[in-house]
Amino acid sequence: MIRKIFMGTVISFLMFALSSVSYANKEARGPGEIPDIPGGWTHLFNEMLVDITVIGVIFAGVTIYFLIRYRRRHSGQEGNPPKLSFAAAVGWALIPAFIFMADDLYLAAEGWTLYNDYRTVPENAYEVKLEGAMWSWNFKYPEGVETINELRVPAGTPILVRMTSRDVVHSFFLPDFKVKEDLMPGRVTYLWFYPKEPGEHLITCAEYCGVIHSSMMGTVIAMPQDEFNKWIEAEKKASAEGGA
Amino acid sequence: MSTASQTMAHRGGFGQTLKEWIFTIDHKRIGILYLIGSLAAFAVAGLMAALIRIELGSIGPTITNPNTYNTMLYFHGAAMILAFQIPALTGFLANYLVPLMIGAKDMAFPRLNALSLWLFWAGIIVALLTFVIPDSPDIMWTGYPPYSLKTGGNTAFYVFTVHLMGFSSIVGGINLITTIIYMRAPGMTWGKLNIFVWSTLGAFILQLIFIPVLAAAVTMLLFDKYIGTHFFDPSAGGDVLLYQNLFWFYSHPAVYVILLPTMGIIYEIIATFAKNRVFNYKMVVYGGIGGVVLLSGEVWIHHLFTSGMPDWIRIGMMMSTLMISIPVGLLMIGLIGTLYRAAIHYTTPMLYAVGFIFLFLIGGLTGIPNAMTAIDLYIHDTHFIVGHFHYVMAVSSTFAIFASIYYLFPKMTGKMYNETLGKLGFVITFIGVNVTFFTMMVVGIKGMPRRYFDYQQFPQLEGLNHIITIGAFIIGFGALITLISWIHGLVAGKKAVDNPWSSRSVEWMTTTPPPPGNFHPIPRLSEEWHPYGYGNS
Repeated sequence: MIRKIFMGTVISFLMFALSSVSYANKEARGPGEIPDIPGGWTHLFNEMLVDITVIGVIFAGVTIYFLIRYRRRHSGQEGNPPKLSFAAAVGWALIPAFIFMADDLYLAAEGWTLYNDYRTVPENAYEVKLEGAMWSWNFKYPEGVETINELRVPAGTPILVRMTSRDVVHSFFLPDFKVKEDLMPGRVTYLWFYPKEPGEHLITCAEYCGVIHSSMMGTVIAMPQDEFNKWIEAEKKASAEGGA
Repeated sequence: MSTASQTMAHRGGFGQTLKEWIFTIDHKRIGILYLIGSLAAFAVAGLMAALIRIELGSIGPTITNPNTYNTMLYFHGAAMILAFQIPALTGFLANYLVPLMIGAKDMAFPRLNALSLWLFWAGIIVALLTFVIPDSPDIMWTGYPPYSLKTGGNTAFYVFTVHLMGFSSIVGGINLITTIIYMRAPGMTWGKLNIFVWSTLGAFILQLIFIPVLAAAVTMLLFDKYIGTHFFDPSAGGDVLLYQNLFWFYSHPAVYVILLPTMGIIYEIIATFAKNRVFNYKMVVYGGIGGVVLLSGEVWIHHLFTSGMPDWIRIGMMMSTLMISIPVGLLMIGLIGTLYRAAIHYTTPMLYAVGFIFLFLIGGLTGIPNAMTAIDLYIHDTHFIVGHFHYVMAVSSTFAIFASIYYLFPKMTGKMYNETLGKLGFVITFIGVNVTFFTMMVVGIKGMPRRYFDYQQFPQLEGLNHIITIGAFIIGFGALITLISWIHGLVAGKKAVDNPWSSRSVEWMTTTPPPPGNFHPIPRLSEEWHPYGYGNS
């Protein structure tokens, strides 16, 4: 019995070690290559769905089997379980603990890789400043142009958004790019996203900010680079004329 | 120690009975008064949920306006957690069951017990008053500044509700912990303590450690808003993140304050109706309950994964959050192992307990994606989170509370409920919660944030929201049948015998309902006795 428990513990510990090895074998990305955040998210999420479905099916399956198999046949009947030896009791605590820990570490390693991609801004990112307010998104471009609730960006360039808030906590949420980060007064936070193709994407607030929290929305408009340059020039001219 | 009459007896008319109940220091009556208060909060907050779901059933304003909607959402969250779940589990169940389970005549400090009960009732009244005052709070149960400072809503009502409930819990915690340590019957050793008693002990240790932090946080909120301090005002050197940290430093352990007694009572019910020993008792107590208590204070940053916390702490707390799966997994293994080679008798409380296993399984496993920082950056503050925590915390513990009400119904009232009505209520509720909260998680993965009055930016999600609303009404219907079964049992139930479930646990050794002083004489427990000593174990 003790040998069995020992083997079980060793095997579960090996799984635990293997989980870190399988993580180390991942292929590396070339330098300067922009990571595919939404793709990476979907991949990891699907992997997790498989993971939790397998665990769930095992647990639920065993439970359902027990529930049907061990029904009471006549009143007054009582359970008839085998006695648990000390070694078995310890084994039943340690082996599952190691298996859970192995799974945790494997997932954590995967999650860490993706998280680093989320938080490491690519070098050539185009930086836009954002100030949230009840209830609008106010963008400021490096060229001095300002927009409200409409973030125009050049497609094919990673966009860095540095943000703060004028009043309460908001959260800048871009569902299509699978990314969000809170904005709050007195602190500057950031996120980045990568609009590959021209197109429109939703901006919506994800942190409760008062009466019309649910209507605090805007649009990311990704445009071809030359169109974007033309737009910026036109806006600069317009704001210069407006200011004069 | 206790009033002169029987727990449920009527003497000298209604006025006299009322007086006896109000001035009672009997732990069983105090427990029942906790139950009445928390079920009242549950009913009102459940009604809010129905209204919220009608509003969200279709796009555009339906029956309310954003102001009313936010107030309802605030009340639903705050009342369900502070006035229903925590008091029902640590007020009603702990008060009613712990002295009976350990073979004590009453709590260690019966008068202190009455104080904690009436503090709780004061909290319920303050919480309900939010509907009457013109400037109802609209700050959600989290009360994040600066919004809670800038709003025209009455933040003070929120703060005072938290103060009263928190003070009540601290007083109750001191009382319960003392009772468990010093009032056990002869022969009731630590190794024979019911799992529920262990889990209550764990929950109250957490309450005593962490409640003062929450009380401090909301007091700072109160001072900032009404006295002019600047704890959370960055323009004067304060920090808005300070509140979020303090708040979740309590409110994450609060989830385990709810989880532990939930698990505890489910263990009692499953062991009783499976007529089986608890599988690997020491693993459950030390690994499961002990592990949860140890880890509970090290994971709160997962509520702040998108709040601009430093990256190193997000990664660290991702690890500690994932590690929670170990003690919780051990608790599940103990629960399922208790069914192995058992003799399962399916009564209404047992059905609820079995339902709990599946709901908690779904809730626990969908917590793993949330623990991962990278995954969470997308699903944080979406309906996925709402669905997840309703599974793992809200519905699971409500099922445990319903199960315990059925389980203790004969003990509390001396009457039996109607099994058919009870089972019908269970089946409908079980279908309803799965329709509602599973669909909610799907809606969340598709991107819909939480706390939304309207969702015109997600027109594609209207169909799924219809389904959630229909599910909510199925739950409401099931809850109604459950309520009817209780009233039916109270009015027309058959007389119950002393130990209708043939349990070995001490609380069933006394008469039903138990007399004042519980045991005459105090039971002396033999060497061979064990609360789960069924069959050959």
